[in-house]
Amino acid sequence: MKEILELLENDARLTFKQLAVMIGKEESEVAGLVKDLEKNKIILGYHTFINWEKAGEEKVSAVIEVKICPQREVGFDAVAERIYRFPEVTTVRLVSGAYDLVVMVEGDTLKEVANFVSQKLATIEHVLSTSTHFVLKNYKIQGTIIEDGEEDRRLVITP
Amino acid sequence: MTGSKDWQRYINPLVLGIPSSGIRRFFDLASEMKNVISLGVGEPDFVTPWHIREACMYSLERGYTMYTSNNGLLELREEIARDLGDTYRVTYNPLNEILVTVGVSEGVDLALRTLLQPGDEVLIPAPSYVSYAPCVTLAGASPVYLKTSVENGFQVTAEMVDKAVTPKTKAMILCYPNNPTGATIDRHNLLEICELARSHDLIIISDEIYDKLTYVGEHTCVASLPGMRDRTILLNGFSKSYAMTGWRVGYAAGNSDFIAVMKKIHQYTALCAPITAQIAAVEALRNGRQGMKNMVEQYGRRRRLILQGFKEAGLPCFEPRGAFYAFPDISVTGLSSEEFAQQLLQEEKVAVVPGNAFGEQGEGYIRCAYAASVEDITEALRRMNSFVKRRVSRGKIITAPFGKAEQKKEGYCQVL
Repeated sequence: MKEILELLENDARLTFKQLAVMIGKEESEVAGLVKDLEKNKIILGYHTFINWEKAGEEKVSAVIEVKICPQREVGFDAVAERIYRFPEVTTVRLVSGAYDLVVMVEGDTLKEVANFVSQKLATIEHVLSTSTHFVLKNYKIQGTIIEDGEEDRRLVITP
Repeated sequence: MTGSKDWQRYINPLVLGIPSSGIRRFFDLASEMKNVISLGVGEPDFVTPWHIREACMYSLERGYTMYTSNNGLLELREEIARDLGDTYRVTYNPLNEILVTVGVSEGVDLALRTLLQPGDEVLIPAPSYVSYAPCVTLAGASPVYLKTSVENGFQVTAEMVDKAVTPKTKAMILCYPNNPTGATIDRHNLLEICELARSHDLIIISDEIYDKLTYVGEHTCVASLPGMRDRTILLNGFSKSYAMTGWRVGYAAGNSDFIAVMKKIHQYTALCAPITAQIAAVEALRNGRQGMKNMVEQYGRRRRLILQGFKEAGLPCFEPRGAFYAFPDISVTGLSSEEFAQQLLQEEKVAVVPGNAFGEQGEGYIRCAYAASVEDITEALRRMNSFVKRRVSRGKIITAPFGKAEQKKEGYCQVL
């Protein structure tokens, strides 16, 4: 199972047949396993990884450090939920250290993101403070180097 | 005016007599074409892992740009000894039993030149890597082929050795896992061969560059077999397991007296392996195990993919258990290896290496390296599949009047 997950994590477009051959199982068995993994929400989705900037679409994103006041019984979760339900928010993580949540927000313009932070995020009850860092450049996201100059430079045929 | 004609008479006839690599001509053809998917590359498709490259850069920053001792960095030899000890329980003294070479290629040459005299014979498995026989010839001796075939899983057997041995036989080259067939050798088979090596007093030069790339069973290091350590020159390197082909670093391990003489040739001809490559090799051995395992796992999956692809294309293929080559039998198409490779390249833009580039024993086969991305392998197989289907249906119609299937190897080619 771990092998299937690793393979799909790396390339979600592998067919059941390819997966089956590569790990030495029957195609139907692999199909069943993947369906189970989807059903159990172990596989949460299949996405296409797009370099929007290269596609000519300007997007603005920001990393926001959020300090919050944990609440009795629900801890950080209730506040986190109020934040992650916003569609502008792409990622929310609870972290150790000087602040509590790392929130990633995406929008079409700088103003839009700024407004979201000041009007929506910072005003949520139990949010103590926010510190917004606008992203200037992406180098590597989720294990993928954005502008990878390393291509196959091997000769066509070698002994 | 000196044309090439005049120069010919200055050239050593021994060298002139060595045929140039059959791969070369094909390479020229393939490199002129665009958008070729190549399964013809005998090296990993991975770039050397970053930690290894980074260690090398750090060494350059600190100014490690000088010669090393002829033997190679002691640090590296110690790591090699540790690795061999951990992996195969065979011990070598890093001080005098290990020589760092410029890839296994230099190791093969040094070992043969140290060993051979004119008139000696060396047993070489066929098909085999392209450089063994020329190196034997250059050392003044004669190559004698042990013709392996698909029936015995492209393994050398004791029987073959027994038949080929003459009083002149001095050594035998073994290379398992094998390039180009992907064959590994069974331990019991190896034991029998070693027994013969002892009784005929043969030295074994064992090129184990693909040892880590074993997918079925476990690799047996020849030197680890009872009584064989002192009869074996063990050659290995970093090119395949750590994706370090261009660094040119390998090693020879063996008897200290023998290594000392190999070193003598090495010091006069190469001096030492490049220091940057040696430092990178130290890093590979210290911290590269996990990265290497990940690469091997990926090759293993692609191996299954390519085998399945040949099955679907109707090309019988012996199951390769090591290296990263598959060696399918293409005789069903009625084409010779070269015709197949050439036409496949022209019609489908897929490059493979004709089997006969590895000796006549490889005729009727092509070597396909699965050190390529899953995407490329899948697409190459798709194209190969349609190529084979065209050939097989056409071949059947045209050759029907010629009758017997057995004749097809010679028969079809002219017709097509």
